[in-house]
Amino acid sequence: MIFANVDREGYTPDIECYLRHGGYEDLRKATTMEPDAIVNDVKASGLRGRGGAGFPCGVKWGFIRRGGPKPTYLICNADESEPGTFKDRYIIHQDPHQLIEGMVISSFALDVHLAYIYIRGEFPEGARILERAIAEAKEKGFLGKNILGTGFDLEIYVHRGAGAYICGEETGLIESLEGKRAYPRIKPPYFPAVLGLYQCPTIVNNVETLCHVKHIVQMGGAEYAKLGRPNNTGTRILCVSGDVQRPGYFEVEVGSLTMGEVINDLCGGLKPGRKLKAIIPGGSSAKVLRADERYKVKEKAEDGSMVDKEIGIEEIRMDFDTLAAVGSMAGSGGVIVMDDTRDMVWTLNNLNEFYAHESCGQCTPCREGSLWMRKITDRILAGGGTEQDPDTLKSVADNIAGKTICAFGEACSWPTQSFVIKFREEFASRSTKPLPLPTPPEFLADRLSEEPTKALTTGSHH
Amino acid sequence: MSTQTATPEAPPPVQMLNVQVDGVWMQFPKGTRLIEACSQANKFVPRYCYHPKLSSPGNCRMCLVEMGMPRMTPDRQPELGPDGRPLINWIPRPQISCAQDVAEGMAVRTDSPMVQEARKGVMEFLLINHPLDCPICDQAGECRLQEFSVEYGNAKSRFLDHKVKKPKNVVLGPRVTLDDERCILCSRCVRFMKEVAHDDVLGFTERGSHNTLSCYPGKQLDSNYSLNTVDICPVGALTSTDFRFKMRVWFLQETKSFCTSCATGCNTTISARQGVVYRQTPRENNDVNEVWMCDHGRLNFHYLHSPERLTAGPIVKVLAQDEDEPTWSSAIAKAASALKTYRGEQIALIASGRNTNEELYLLSRLARTLGCTQYDIIPHIDLGDEILLSEDRNPNTAGARLLGLTGETPGANLKGIAEGVRSGKIRALLVFGEDATQAGLSEADLKKLDLLIVANLLPDATTKVADFIFPSAGFAEKRGSMINKKGRLQRLNRAIEPPGHARDDWEIVRDLILACGGGNGVHSIEDVFRQMAADTPALAGLSLSKIGDLGVPLQLS
Repeated sequence: MIFANVDREGYTPDIECYLRHGGYEDLRKATTMEPDAIVNDVKASGLRGRGGAGFPCGVKWGFIRRGGPKPTYLICNADESEPGTFKDRYIIHQDPHQLIEGMVISSFALDVHLAYIYIRGEFPEGARILERAIAEAKEKGFLGKNILGTGFDLEIYVHRGAGAYICGEETGLIESLEGKRAYPRIKPPYFPAVLGLYQCPTIVNNVETLCHVKHIVQMGGAEYAKLGRPNNTGTRILCVSGDVQRPGYFEVEVGSLTMGEVINDLCGGLKPGRKLKAIIPGGSSAKVLRADERYKVKEKAEDGSMVDKEIGIEEIRMDFDTLAAVGSMAGSGGVIVMDDTRDMVWTLNNLNEFYAHESCGQCTPCREGSLWMRKITDRILAGGGTEQDPDTLKSVADNIAGKTICAFGEACSWPTQSFVIKFREEFASRSTKPLPLPTPPEFLADRLSEEPTKALTTGSHH
Repeated sequence: MSTQTATPEAPPPVQMLNVQVDGVWMQFPKGTRLIEACSQANKFVPRYCYHPKLSSPGNCRMCLVEMGMPRMTPDRQPELGPDGRPLINWIPRPQISCAQDVAEGMAVRTDSPMVQEARKGVMEFLLINHPLDCPICDQAGECRLQEFSVEYGNAKSRFLDHKVKKPKNVVLGPRVTLDDERCILCSRCVRFMKEVAHDDVLGFTERGSHNTLSCYPGKQLDSNYSLNTVDICPVGALTSTDFRFKMRVWFLQETKSFCTSCATGCNTTISARQGVVYRQTPRENNDVNEVWMCDHGRLNFHYLHSPERLTAGPIVKVLAQDEDEPTWSSAIAKAASALKTYRGEQIALIASGRNTNEELYLLSRLARTLGCTQYDIIPHIDLGDEILLSEDRNPNTAGARLLGLTGETPGANLKGIAEGVRSGKIRALLVFGEDATQAGLSEADLKKLDLLIVANLLPDATTKVADFIFPSAGFAEKRGSMINKKGRLQRLNRAIEPPGHARDDWEIVRDLILACGGGNGVHSIEDVFRQMAADTPALAGLSLSKIGDLGVPLQLS
């Protein structure tokens, strides 16, 4: 559905091609509908946000009151930067008009006359394609003044980020769009639907989410809701990376496949002779799942009652609720598969490096904790791990999660919490040295400056 | 801002909200910040970034509390417990208390295990990259990081790795020096410069733990309000270039006073040790200066300790050959007998808008005793701003006006006095706290006088040619009152003794009055105020002690 035209033979991102394939027909349909009817369709569709949090889109839209004293803005979050996630860029690169049509319909429904696409700085080509698509759409009357003769006006502007993961956090994005440092805002009081861009009501939706709106209008909300599973409706794009034969992106009905089917049927299975070790199911921030663990889920029995069931990792259904039930999340759809050749300390260190680099530094726990966790895993990797390190790592992560301004706190602490708990033995075996003597670092600064971790540990034996 | 006028209609009733603080139900007015409500309930919640006069970014996470709202029945009514109070649904994660107002039925726990754990975590995070240079840090002794470490921190560090290195000794501007390693990135200074000083020059560069406070490229922190950032910095990151490394703060004795560098009269604390003033900081007074003051006024105290300061006792220029060095009483007696040889119209008086009310009151009595009718103060006008600095650099113009030493236009009589001196009609001139050459008189004009009597702190063109020089006391060395531009009567307190043989001005004038044959009954500054209040309707019923630390608004016509 969303990826119908992605990688399609002979399909080009220009508007002529889009129109040949039925483009902007759903916008025509939408403009004959009452705006509230579109909102109700989105509510009825059960569409959940595809950016990571999985928040019901209709509920988010329901916070907007039409005809208020302030304008309402729509922002498309195209700051796709969650490690392991690579879906929005293909929509933008290969089918940009699908997104624009989705945005025009959404704006029509929400009484928005000014919309933005906030695209990450690392997508220069995507920004160019979108600019071109917007110009084409304006020329054909799908954008700009008096769209399709309805009297509805809408302008869309592309805004390029400058290269920071935090700009994908919706209030950080809004700050950035306002020209400020992308420090996420405190909620309350700055809920975007009330006090968003320029303190006006604002809806921020992911690229894929906005594309779904077009299909919801086409199919009708109730029909769309039949796709997938209850409360986990529609299709979504899984981005599979890591140790599988054929990594890539796959659009599937939500929950139609299990983890095993994704690996084996979509991705051609693991590499020969390898064993599955772990899966991060929803982008790097999602908690890791261990392959040899048993997971408890509730499943609907024949008679409709819910029964407890214990399943293996391959039986986990790829939908929002099941992944939440097994202690992780569907997140942004980035599935990272790791086989038995992977070193979990190295893996966590890789993630910690990312989060320490991307923490915006606004609030204390995340700013200080993300770098501390990286320093500990750095040191363990370099052979300087101490017996206390696994516990310290876990407790640093615990002190971040739930205590920060934005969800980055969870994003950076969940990997550490889950890796240390689930692969405790790997961390413990690498962290065997007794606590080093408290050597003042500044005392050894010159000697240590080249290879601090090594020098620290050689000084620590006693 | 004056509060003296009572509005005829009663203010609208303030809605009181029921809030549970640590298990006790209390009432707070609608609009009360939760963190303030906790303070009012004597449950102090530690904070770094929160400042009542600035916006709340909620970034330090030190004020996390456990919060709950009433549990609701399906028909949206609060479920009540056996005590008739709402049952609480506690939010499973801690919430900041600095950014939200109290709400009906809200409940808060300020010291539960969840809160203690959160604070402990934040304290640890703040310290892992903080340098342990407390022994040489200016903030030591008044550092929130130290204070909250004691109360909420860990005794042992778990941090085995290297601290983040950041710039040190950064000259942010002419008066502020920054140590970025000490900075906890609370952004108080950034917000102050933007929201109060309206000079948005500070911000953060870099990212994450490497975040660094700095000035915008090509700019510097040179606002006349820059030193307020040092006051509100909860740690030793921003330091006053003037004060740094001069004195450990715990040795400083604090005296409540106000700034005498302009007519605003910002309330201050003077910090001194062993006769030396080390710093002046703003003191909260929401009717005057909130909690701020300008750098100009703040640093305008070093002249008190100038090596030029007149400290050696009274100077009498014309002494007989066999005469001893003058004492205060002999000098006063000589000056008085000299003055008495002139008729009133031959005498003029130049007073100062920097004199206290008490001094001005006695000066007007001295003038009356001498029959002198030509007097005024010297206006000092300079650029002001919209924030605190007044263009009237005299702190007590209103007092001089009230006590009759000047009229509606200060300095209007100076021209006549200058002409009188030049024409020889005026033979004797008294100058208190001013340099007469700033009143349209040249040194040569002053030389024409038979008698020139000066009381001042520092030598100037007038003292150079004066016949009598009485070394007097500075604002930090005396008691007395002044009236600011908004008609608020405020009180100076003595922070240090006048140096050497310098004397309180009011005593000098009182003794001159006595020696000139005027009335008495004045033995203390309180006596002066009492007489002044009896003679001045606007001060009726007041005394020095009734002025209090925050001053009182006067009804001035």
